[in-house]
Amino acid sequence: MFYIYCPHCEEHREEEEFHAAGEAHIPRPLDPDQCTDQEWGEYLFFRNNPRGIHHELWVHAIGCRKFFNMTRDTQNYEIKEVYKIGQQPNITGASEAAAAKEGV
Amino acid sequence: MSQQNRLKSGGRIARNCQINFSYNNQSYPGFVGDTLASAMLANGIDIVGRSFKYSRPRGIVGAGAEEPNAIMQLGATEATQVPNVRATQQELFNGLVATSTNGWPNVDFDMMGALGSIGAKMMPPGFYYKTFMYPKSMWSSYEKYIRKAAGLGRSPRESDPDRYDHYNQHADIVIVGAGPAGLSAALVAARSGARVIIADEQAEFGGSLLDSTALIDGEPAMQWVTKVVAELAACPEVLMLPRATVNGYHDHNFLTIHERCTDHIADRAPTNTSKQRMHRVRSRWVVLATGSHERPLVFANNDVPGCMLAAAVSTYINRYAVVPGNQLVLMTTNDNAYAAAFDWHAAGREVVAIVDTRSGGAGVQVADKAKSLGIRVISGAAVVEVQGSKRVASVSVSALNSVGDKLTGTLEQLKCDTLASSGGWSPAIHLSCHTGSRPVWSDQVIGFIPGKTVQKQLVVGAINGTFDLHSCLADGTATGEQAVLNAGFKLASGSADSGAASTEIVTENPPMALYHIPHPKPTSRAPKQFVDLQNDVTAAGIEMATLEGFESIEHVKRYTAMGFGTDQGKMGNINGMAIAAKSMRKTIPETGTTIFRPNYTPVTFGAIAGRHCAGLFDPMRFSAMHEWHMENGALFEDVGNWKRPWYFPQAGESMQQALERECLAVRESAGVLDASTLGKIDIQGPDAREFLGRVYANAWAKLAIGKCRYGLMCGEDGMVFDDGVTACLAENHFIMTTTTGGAARVLEWLEIYQQTEWPELDVYFNTVTDHFSTVTVTGPKARKILEAVVDDIDLSNDAFKYMDWKVATVQGIPARIFRISFTGELSFEINVQANYGLRIWQAVMEKGAAYNLTPYGTETMHILRAEKGFIIAGQDTDGSVHPYDLGMGWAVSTKKAFSFIGKRGMQRADCVKEDRKQMVGLKTKDPLQVIPEGSQAVNDPNQPIPMTMLGHVTSSYYSACLGHSIAMAFIRNGHNRMGETVFYPQPDGTAIEAIICSPIFLDPKGERQNV
Repeated sequence: MFYIYCPHCEEHREEEEFHAAGEAHIPRPLDPDQCTDQEWGEYLFFRNNPRGIHHELWVHAIGCRKFFNMTRDTQNYEIKEVYKIGQQPNITGASEAAAAKEGV
Repeated sequence: MSQQNRLKSGGRIARNCQINFSYNNQSYPGFVGDTLASAMLANGIDIVGRSFKYSRPRGIVGAGAEEPNAIMQLGATEATQVPNVRATQQELFNGLVATSTNGWPNVDFDMMGALGSIGAKMMPPGFYYKTFMYPKSMWSSYEKYIRKAAGLGRSPRESDPDRYDHYNQHADIVIVGAGPAGLSAALVAARSGARVIIADEQAEFGGSLLDSTALIDGEPAMQWVTKVVAELAACPEVLMLPRATVNGYHDHNFLTIHERCTDHIADRAPTNTSKQRMHRVRSRWVVLATGSHERPLVFANNDVPGCMLAAAVSTYINRYAVVPGNQLVLMTTNDNAYAAAFDWHAAGREVVAIVDTRSGGAGVQVADKAKSLGIRVISGAAVVEVQGSKRVASVSVSALNSVGDKLTGTLEQLKCDTLASSGGWSPAIHLSCHTGSRPVWSDQVIGFIPGKTVQKQLVVGAINGTFDLHSCLADGTATGEQAVLNAGFKLASGSADSGAASTEIVTENPPMALYHIPHPKPTSRAPKQFVDLQNDVTAAGIEMATLEGFESIEHVKRYTAMGFGTDQGKMGNINGMAIAAKSMRKTIPETGTTIFRPNYTPVTFGAIAGRHCAGLFDPMRFSAMHEWHMENGALFEDVGNWKRPWYFPQAGESMQQALERECLAVRESAGVLDASTLGKIDIQGPDAREFLGRVYANAWAKLAIGKCRYGLMCGEDGMVFDDGVTACLAENHFIMTTTTGGAARVLEWLEIYQQTEWPELDVYFNTVTDHFSTVTVTGPKARKILEAVVDDIDLSNDAFKYMDWKVATVQGIPARIFRISFTGELSFEINVQANYGLRIWQAVMEKGAAYNLTPYGTETMHILRAEKGFIIAGQDTDGSVHPYDLGMGWAVSTKKAFSFIGKRGMQRADCVKEDRKQMVGLKTKDPLQVIPEGSQAVNDPNQPIPMTMLGHVTSSYYSACLGHSIAMAFIRNGHNRMGETVFYPQPDGTAIEAIICSPIFLDPKGERQNV
């Protein structure tokens, strides 16, 4: 069970208070009517399923009811960071790979 | 007193507290401080069960969690039955009732044993796959046979009368295991002021020291333990948990600790005491000091009662003052196990010989001691076979080459009744494995030790392959210091006795890596050599699995069932892996290990469930009028967590009769429904109106204050997921209703769009479902009844129009009244502050009596709305239908400037194609026949299977008002098939004939609600 830091409440709470709401950074197209079926289908149905760094949308459902983003390693469930809606992650799959390369 | 194996003195038992227990319906004495196993051994009970496949008699082998044989059914009454209890871990109490789990008709004479050869033939390795695959229809007979033969225990048939608790704990440092390493670490951690939890599965702290004869700081080791425990107890931030097994090590340093509070006291917990607790602990750092399990050696007939682990022999003698036999032969690969022979000798019984597999024998210290005691030591040899059936009678010993793969001499037979063996120690890496950390093989340790850690975790002591006491104490202190610093605390300074406790440093000869003793015959022909005693997995079986091509150790495990039992392979796994590796001509690290998963030992369901039972299993929600519904005979339906009245049967009425009476009352005079449970969301803000236009399919821009509107809510895919009426309370203020079950989902839906997509919209949402009680009065006489209870406003059709809402005073209570209708009749929904609900309901009932006002429930509501063709989201929709499929295109506004949620989705090619399944009504040819919901339509009932299916029935009832059955259904291209006939084949071979019609069966022009 995860131990999650809510960036709005600014404290760690048990996973029971939260739930995941899918992949983060999937913006709704600004003009859906101009999307082709292909584009709309991509937005609606296609998601990444990476081994490693993943950005997720979570909600503090039985807390402040606010949404936030989480960068999580899907291999060991380590939560790398949480950040508010509208912000960008500091840690990405690319940044981790670069750091690992430097480390070698 | 019998207890023939009990020593006159010694042991950590209370000799002045003799108690009695029952085993297989016979009474025996024991002492407080005994385990069930030690008491059984004291009374000379050799056979404790029969083996799983071969039904061979089995005795107690170990003294702790690793015990594979002594698996008991406990419980003095039916309600207190507990299966799969390890006798070695169950403390004895007065009146304990135990029965052996396996063995029919009894353990001493076993029918299965007499038929053993049949069992053996039926169950070769991989028998699950080989024998029981075909024919499938026979599985139920196989299962019955297996369950009867296999000792799986049984669950109680009555409710557990005891109470179990969950504790949520937070700690800076959790230390798992209170042996020398764990206690040393705990002492340092406690002194730093950190919040420390130290848990140990045993009744007393001390771990290996509980049965050790070693000295610490010049005193018996347990005196050091007593001092440490006293100091820990004095620290306010330290929680000591004996009888508490850390069974799971989960993500983010979350541990589940199963504490058995009263299992050592009585069959049932004392009054007002919880029997067991599950501590759910979140810790900054975790120190694993879980110790190790001794490995037996694998040799022929190594399962005959009397074959034991060497350390278990020491435990029984030193801790419980029980010698489990008279004449001992000890076989060992290491110095450490010599202690068993010394303890046996000290107990005054005969040590026939120590058989040391190493040609060089033991180190000077133990070798000299053996010599001085006059014990015969046979070095460079091994016990190859045990003779005896219900108890060891003798053993055959042969010389062994230096690598341990060939016998080099002739067999010598030694008479004895006990054969203790030690193949070294396997670190108890289970918890470390739970975190996903892969263990690594160490040739020096001759075992797997924790590899790279995943969590904030330190390991110390025998789990790390550190077996000598001196190092355990020193490393424990050092690891405790590390944990303190890691957790952000400072080490206590200036303590006079800081630093590790001291003990004698023993120089040992290195142990020999030996698992499987060769036999003069090949393994497949030799008498059985057991690897996993609980599952009857033999060395020959593992070799056969590898010969059959199973190369992955995970596959070998599953094929042979090695490590599958309640002991989870604590004793046998390493031996099994070594045998598999050797058979495949690989090394153990090349073969790898299987991975342990939670739980470490079996956990009762009571502890897992805690208080989350019966009424607390899932919260129940009741409206303010619930009491009235109960008093008036309502039957209830679960809707979400709500208990809603289903219908109100009167004396002697069948369900159908009650529904018909309720329906007719609504259509002819008036009915009343408790609609309090519908989801209500308060929406405020300057952009509330714009927001509604984006989340609903229809238009909201022009909804005036005082007006209500029905809306369909769709997903981005265009599919309907909820519906309801929203009212405009003020220019910036709306109240939205949702389906009863969909309230939470809809609120989150609104929030996610506002927070993540349109944060620029100034709008706020709050759930107010519980704030209001809603009394819905519906039917031709509704206005008359309302007039009788409403104090102040004009309710005439001109003053209070359909789809209006008004502020009013009802019986002196401020209310909002909505003139909306889900029945098609003249309807008023009175909303008052929730706590006034019952009062208003009672007033309405009182004034309505003159008009035959009839309370009705959800089932009647369903029929009434189906007569009008109104959908119920979730019953008539399933996430695959858009508004046009439902014939509700009128509720979609394509003129809105903003591309509302669902608009683009509805335009996908698949959504606009011709032959989609569409909502229609059905009238059956036989007007009394009600089509079962879920039935599938076909055009031709005689078409061979597979038939072409056109869609299913979503709602189906008998309408008393109309005098015939009605149904709502999806039919492919149904909107263009009005008047056509379809068939609904039934399981009994018949097919119900129905004609497609409009789903609006009653009052298609909507006149009744507008009067």
